[in-house]
Amino acid sequence: MKAIGKAEFSNFVDELIADDPREVIGVQAKSNKFAFDPLKSAEDLRLDYDVTILPPKKYFMPQRETLVKYNTNEGEMTAVNEVIPRIIFGIHPYDLIAIQQMDKVFEETHSDENYLAKRRESVLVGVNMKNASEWSFAHTMGTATTDSGYDLMLTDIGDKYAVEIGSVKGSELLEEAKSQLDDVGMEEIEKVREFKEELPDKFRDDPEFDPFELPRLLSEYYGKDGFWEENAEDCLSCGTCNLVCPTCYCFDVKDVNDITLTEGERLRTWDGCMLEAFAQVAGDENFREEKAARYRHRYMRKGRYMYNKFGDIACVGCGRCSEQCVPDIADPVDVFNQMKEGTNGI
Amino acid sequence: MESNDSLFLPEQARIIGERELTSNTKLFDLNFENGKELNHEPGQFVELSIAGIGEAPISVTSSPTRGTPSFELCVRAVGNVTNALHRMNVGETVGIRGPFGTGFPAEELKGHDLLFIAGGLGIAPLRSLINYVLDNRDDYNEINILYGCKKPCEQMFEDEVSNWARRQDIYHEATVDYCPDEVCWEGNVGVITELIPGVDIDLDETYAVVCGPPVMYKFVLQELEKKELPHDQIYLSLERRMKCGIGECGHCQINGAEEELYACQDGPVFNYERIKGFEEAI
Ligand SMILES: Cc1cc2nc3c(=O)[nH]c(=O)nc-3n(C[C@H](O)[C@H](O)[C@H](O)COP(=O)(O)OP(=O)(O)OC[C@H]3O[C@@H](n4cnc5c(N)ncnc54)[C@H](O)[C@@H]3O)c2cc1C
Ligand code: SF4
Ligand code: SF4
Ligand code: FES
Repeated sequence: MKAIGKAEFSNFVDELIADDPREVIGVQAKSNKFAFDPLKSAEDLRLDYDVTILPPKKYFMPQRETLVKYNTNEGEMTAVNEVIPRIIFGIHPYDLIAIQQMDKVFEETHSDENYLAKRRESVLVGVNMKNASEWSFAHTMGTATTDSGYDLMLTDIGDKYAVEIGSVKGSELLEEAKSQLDDVGMEEIEKVREFKEELPDKFRDDPEFDPFELPRLLSEYYGKDGFWEENAEDCLSCGTCNLVCPTCYCFDVKDVNDITLTEGERLRTWDGCMLEAFAQVAGDENFREEKAARYRHRYMRKGRYMYNKFGDIACVGCGRCSEQCVPDIADPVDVFNQMKEGTNGI
Repeated sequence: MESNDSLFLPEQARIIGERELTSNTKLFDLNFENGKELNHEPGQFVELSIAGIGEAPISVTSSPTRGTPSFELCVRAVGNVTNALHRMNVGETVGIRGPFGTGFPAEELKGHDLLFIAGGLGIAPLRSLINYVLDNRDDYNEINILYGCKKPCEQMFEDEVSNWARRQDIYHEATVDYCPDEVCWEGNVGVITELIPGVDIDLDETYAVVCGPPVMYKFVLQELEKKELPHDQIYLSLERRMKCGIGECGHCQINGAEEELYACQDGPVFNYERIKGFEEAI
């Protein structure tokens, strides 16, 4: 572990913005919320944020991404991979854990270079959570801290940041701030420990379940009469809970032509299993026609299927879906608590 | 930046033959421009792609034992890609990714009696296996082919079908849901499930192989249940929405209480024993 004074840290970030060929991204205030965006100045970096509107997955799996370029006259097609090397500041532990889960998806199925190359060319600078959103239940999910998934990890210890190095990429980045780094003593180590000890108090205290019970509970509740129908009753099928989720990765692929109609791009765009047409095919057949079935599918993905496949609970407790669902029915804590309590429909 | 290792770049294939099968269905014969072979197994599919329109999953209908290196797709015009393909002519090129998915277990079926049950366009993937089996006739026992369509003019591959009817070593029955008065039709009139009771099923030996429109499976399975055919002797090829073919996009998931299956990887061909517990499967 190292430490860097806050003023020196700001200088370091400003120097990167000025001199490093890579794009420097950081969490910034956006209206009364926070977002990952390109940094113009270290001043704008807000390492005390609670949660961002969108998770950083947008840098590895963009909302719109060109996979193939084509010319319709010649039928010619060229594969495309737009990789922008980036240094991303301020990723919370739950999002780092979500990125590690996404890595498995794109590595283990078919080694998808459109995702993996973007990951390889990014440096992830995490930050331990100074604040938590009122919806976050990361502590319950065991994702409020992480020992892996970052290149560097910062902890705010007053007038300094403690810096943990997680990878070669991380230590290489730190090289550029070498002269400003302090060695840490017992005092700093103690402060980091205290910081982590106080973390649980920052989170809501209503979750009653243990994440490791979720696969079992979800299987039990899969066929429970009325349970999903009641929970999904007010769902608008808007797909917001998919879009904002750091572990959702389903996509659509579509061709978009330029105005001459001869050139165009095959795009991968974010899609969501909560949208009505997600499982629709020709002949008016829809394999997940009812909103309750789609609602259930999302939960099964989060708490059961991904666990079967990769051993991960694919809800990291960020609370984004809970916060951004208009009819306020997407809160996983509410659904998981109902299961745990054995109420509602049983 | 250009990429050399994209999972999404199709290879160019030229249309070398085209034949109308019904008013909205055509058979296309395709050849890769680079001369390679598709190397598919019966029951697998490709992602057919037309620049500027998009991609669609299509079963390979030809048998790997016939006509290679070219391969055939039997395509019904229902939407963007399929209609665009129908407008194309011999000599033009399309994109192909694949073959993808798990096909029929041609090896496991060896030495057994086979009962093919095809509804409508479901004949497309089954034809690949049927011709594979006929080209290795000695490896298989009795062959039964039941083929149902809405009406006589929707029956496809007439030359091959009449050959099945002529052959002594194949039991073949065709049916149509209805037959207009002025049309001459020698087969059965009624739904395909009506043909199942007439098949001689040996419960130790018979494997059923089923493909048809989504509504068909439930009724066919009910009939096979009446015959008490063991569930692990039933193979089904299922259609789902597909946007990648490689287990990433999520669209083809079939969910169950314990786990989910991907139609593009675990399927499209599934053993019924494996999927019967999946609420969304049938
Ligand atoms: C494994 C597999 C094998 C197949 N094999 C064959 C085959 O051999 N031959 C064959 O002809 N077909 C086959 N199909 C079916 C074929 O892939 C689909 O019909 C495909 O949709 C055709 O693509 P398209 O672009 O022409 O149609 P699309 O433009 O995708 O339209 C198809 C239908 O879906 C509806 N639709 C599309 N998108 C939406 C949406 N967002 N919301 C609501 N409705 C929508 C359309 O109204 C239309 O009715 C197969 C499918 C699978 C999964
Ligand atoms: S649960 Fe809420 S956010 Fe998700 S689709 Fe339904 S209304 Fe939209
Ligand atoms: S399901 Fe909701 S709380 Fe869980 S990771 Fe996704 S957005 Fe966050
Ligand atoms: S078609 Fe994309 S996951 Fe199966």
